[in-house]
Amino acid sequence: MSRRRFQILFARSKGNHEEIPRFGRTVGVISALFLLALVFSFAFSRLHYGWNWDAVYQYRQKFVSGWLITLAISAASLVASLIIGLAAALSHRSPFLPLRYLGKVYVELIRGTPLLVQILVFFYVVADAFGIGNRYVVGTLTLAFFAGAYISEIIRAGIESVGESQLDSARVIGLTPYQTYRYVVFPQVMRRILPPLAGQFASLIKDSSLLSIIAVSEFTLNAQEVNAFTYSTMESYLPLALGYLALTLPISMLSKYLERRYRYAS
Amino acid sequence: MRLRLDGVVKRFDGVTALDGISLSLSGARSIALIGPSGGGKSTLLRVLAGLELPDQGGVEIDDVPLPTDGESLISYRRSIGTVFQSYNLFPHLTALENVTLPLVQAHGYAKEAANGYAMELLDRFQLASHAGKRPYELSGGQQQRVAIVRAVAIKPRFLLFDEPTSALDPEMTAEVLDLIAELRAQGREFIIVTHEMGFAKRVADHGIFLGAGKIVEEGPAAELFDTPHTAELKAFLGKVLKY
Ligand SMILES: Nc1ncnc2c1ncn2[C@@H]1O[C@H](COP(=O)(O)OP(=O)(O)OP(=O)(O)O)[C@@H](O)[C@H]1O
Ligand SMILES: [Mg+2]
Repeated sequence: MSRRRFQILFARSKGNHEEIPRFGRTVGVISALFLLALVFSFAFSRLHYGWNWDAVYQYRQKFVSGWLITLAISAASLVASLIIGLAAALSHRSPFLPLRYLGKVYVELIRGTPLLVQILVFFYVVADAFGIGNRYVVGTLTLAFFAGAYISEIIRAGIESVGESQLDSARVIGLTPYQTYRYVVFPQVMRRILPPLAGQFASLIKDSSLLSIIAVSEFTLNAQEVNAFTYSTMESYLPLALGYLALTLPISMLSKYLERRYRYAS
Repeated sequence: MRLRLDGVVKRFDGVTALDGISLSLSGARSIALIGPSGGGKSTLLRVLAGLELPDQGGVEIDDVPLPTDGESLISYRRSIGTVFQSYNLFPHLTALENVTLPLVQAHGYAKEAANGYAMELLDRFQLASHAGKRPYELSGGQQQRVAIVRAVAIKPRFLLFDEPTSALDPEMTAEVLDLIAELRAQGREFIIVTHEMGFAKRVADHGIFLGAGKIVEEGPAAELFDTPHTAELKAFLGKVLKY
């Protein structure tokens, strides 16, 4: 009986595994949320804030459209970034050296500079020079190139995780290089990169909020506008946080699920 | 099988793994390659498997020179079966899929025919109940036996084994060695690198002792193990048989 009570609050480790019964999990989550709620309600009570949800509610359409735009931009740039990331990862192994170094320079440049700067440079310099006027297109492309650099590293790590011994096995059974990629490397890379890719998608959704600086009417910019119209800062930004969570939480859970699903010793 | 090696040299940036191997054998059905660590056994086996090209010298098997261009190397590899020490199987495929992959992709079997044939083989080697398992669900010995079944399934001209049991504990070693002995009894030809001297003596009809990239001594297995001539082989056998 006392062990059962102990298990409500504490995880028991068994070797490398932890055993958490369902009721322990439920109690744990609820008490964590309760603690958070306590801290925040205290903070808000000290604020003496005059809530004014009515003003903000008038602009609900703006939240909805901004949320949808954010979703669309993130999804489109995810698809584009997959293609860019795959190309960059493969260029790292290209026998043609200029291409290989182009891939490396691209990844280092993107990963070494803030997204904010990339958006500004891309919008005011590159897009302008190439005559791409549509800021939604520019924004989506910038995000795609940004995420592509990270995805390229995810894919590269996935390819390298297929060990030399497996490549030897593939040669030994007489597979051609193409067949080796198709039947040995690719399926394993897919399993390994799906969880981090899902995580990358969640980041992409949050990062898209920076497109507000080039006046793309996505979720964040629309919330900023509502705030400007209504002077109700909290009421404008709390829905914003919830709107992002509604997208990122399921993806984060999906990522965890995929990780468990495809975890096999190799 | 008829085997002719003529001054085979293989270097890896500075290290000479094979230092002029010459050999002419005909009529040996099973050959044991023995020798100290780093002696060049694996390298020689990889040359015979069509995985490494010699830097110098020639190799002829059944009077046909080993190919050197990519395309014919692939079809050469398809004609023999090779099993390494470990990690032979692909971790994302079940035992059955591991066996059928080369059948379907490299030997033109239809999917169903490959499945039926592979199941039949797994059954013959008491592995049928493991057909649906991934390698991580199999013991080391079971993994090696599946790898051997995969190598045998393609009806190879001969088999190459590189220390197929040295990653296994004694009990699993026995089950794998039994399987190899069974293949021997069926008349399969093979070359095996092994540290199991008793086993080598039992199944091999020819022995080759490699040291520092050279053939130090070779001959019919019975003679080689019982009456070694060179000091190196005497010392080597003394050392391995001590334990
Ligand atoms: N791919 C490689 N790159 C560099 N050096 C290598 C490579 N393969 C083998 N060598 C070297 O060649 C020599 C012979 O190695 P090999 O693996 O053939 O020996 P071995 O007789 O199989 O030894 P062991 O009993 O330890 O398996 C060693 O000095 C080894 O370090
Ligand atoms: Mg070796």
